[in-house]
Amino acid sequence: MTRYFTKDHEWIDVEGGTGTVGITAYAQGQLGDITFVELPEVGKAFKEGDQAVVVDSVKAAADVYAPASGTVAGVNPALADQPELVNTAPEGEGWLFRLTLADPAELAGLMDIAAYQAYIAGL
Amino acid sequence: MSDNPTPNSDLAAPGVLTSGNQPPHPDDAPTEPLALPLDSWHRARGARMVPFASYLMPVQYEGIIAEHLWTRAHAGLFDVSHMGQLAVSGAGVEAEAALEALLPADLAALKLGGLRYSLLLAEDGGILDDLMVTRGPDGFDLVVNGATKWDDIAHLREHLPDAVTLSHRDEQALLALQGPEAAVALAALGLVPATPGVVPVEALGFMRAGAYLWQGRALGVSRSGYTGEDGFEISCRSAEAQALAEALCAQPQVKPIGLGARDSLRLEAGLPLYGHDLTPATDPVSAGLGFAISKRRRAEGGFPGAARILALLAQGAPATRVGLAIEGRMAAREGAVVLAGATPVGTVTSGGFAPSLERPIAMAMVASAHATPGTRLAIEVRGRPLAAQVVPLPFVPHKYIRKGVSA
Repeated sequence: MTRYFTKDHEWIDVEGGTGTVGITAYAQGQLGDITFVELPEVGKAFKEGDQAVVVDSVKAAADVYAPASGTVAGVNPALADQPELVNTAPEGEGWLFRLTLADPAELAGLMDIAAYQAYIAGL
Repeated sequence: MSDNPTPNSDLAAPGVLTSGNQPPHPDDAPTEPLALPLDSWHRARGARMVPFASYLMPVQYEGIIAEHLWTRAHAGLFDVSHMGQLAVSGAGVEAEAALEALLPADLAALKLGGLRYSLLLAEDGGILDDLMVTRGPDGFDLVVNGATKWDDIAHLREHLPDAVTLSHRDEQALLALQGPEAAVALAALGLVPATPGVVPVEALGFMRAGAYLWQGRALGVSRSGYTGEDGFEISCRSAEAQALAEALCAQPQVKPIGLGARDSLRLEAGLPLYGHDLTPATDPVSAGLGFAISKRRRAEGGFPGAARILALLAQGAPATRVGLAIEGRMAAREGAVVLAGATPVGTVTSGGFAPSLERPIAMAMVASAHATPGTRLAIEVRGRPLAAQVVPLPFVPHKYIRKGVSA
């Protein structure tokens, strides 16, 4: 399994042709207390960069973008009752949705963890 | 991901999540935000500092929801030193008459140590600012909003006669201690009344103020606030603010609370925020602030916009500030259009998640025909209607201590 990161602070874990998407610990820290997550419908097709999820915090709403093109294969059912999982476990239990990747070659444009850490260190 | 540039983003995280192709919010523009007297104290306590009202302000320490709930259950300490503390004085009744020409409050009836909520009004009756006015021994003390204080000072200088002195007490810090345990915490500091006739601080009634000494330091304390809870606002010299904040936060009831929770607390309390719920285009009647037009002033007029405001009081205003309870979990924020069926009937002026109610709420200015509690409306958020219902304000009942507690 390989984890990639975007400049918009999404992560995607890729295994076979499927990716699991969430937001990074850095992103949840910036958003503060998350109160609601609007997840996409299963079967919805996204192109890389499409707005996929709305994360609502006490302070503001934020868009989460699809880190790669594909079709939604599943969403995290726990977030309906516990949106705060995105705060407490953003890179684990607080994952957002699964994507059947349309073109795994797109992942080459994303960052690995070392590159992402260097990126946020510069923000 | 990226923050959406909402008009409330002056309370939101700094723009580090912004993807770069979005225009900066105008409120992000201040050239050099000023530091509060307690800037380093906030940072040492883990605050995230954001620009607001041209100051760097602590938006949160441990998290907005936790800070909000702590304040409702115990006591929170807020640094509101960005607000303008002004003094208006003049011989005899000159200051009183001069201020009554600019505000609709009955200052003649305001006794020494009494506070009133009032409004700085434009000639057309629009609201230039909302403020607290206190009668002190030498005149009146005003606390005005931080974002508007420079305009307020210019307005007052222009309109007050030469015999009346206006001073900006910018050497003073302002701390608010709010919550059901605020009185216990403040009493523990052992404040001593500074002048004869001033009651012990825990015996101050709601909307009463007095001068106190704390270990020889002069404090101006009022029983008032902006959370709907019992509480106090404490003016002290900036150089002494850190010692006072330390002493208050050393009490087991008290934690420092950021601007984020201040906003969610006042929203639940149905209290308007200037620049959002109130603007120069808002009249006091539509804003639901008719109570700020005192009885004698209604009879006599003589305040800016009196003709228009008195007509609105008599005939009803075309628009009304209402509370909206929103179905579901998605919040509606400032600027969202309010719909009756498919027809736009108003605009959200403040909105967000209510931590004490665990659901989203909003205040909106809507056409008065749609302002009756129980009216079903919708709010357009991200192109879709959210079902909402008009509810009475406040959302969370006020818990002011009307008489003070006996010592």
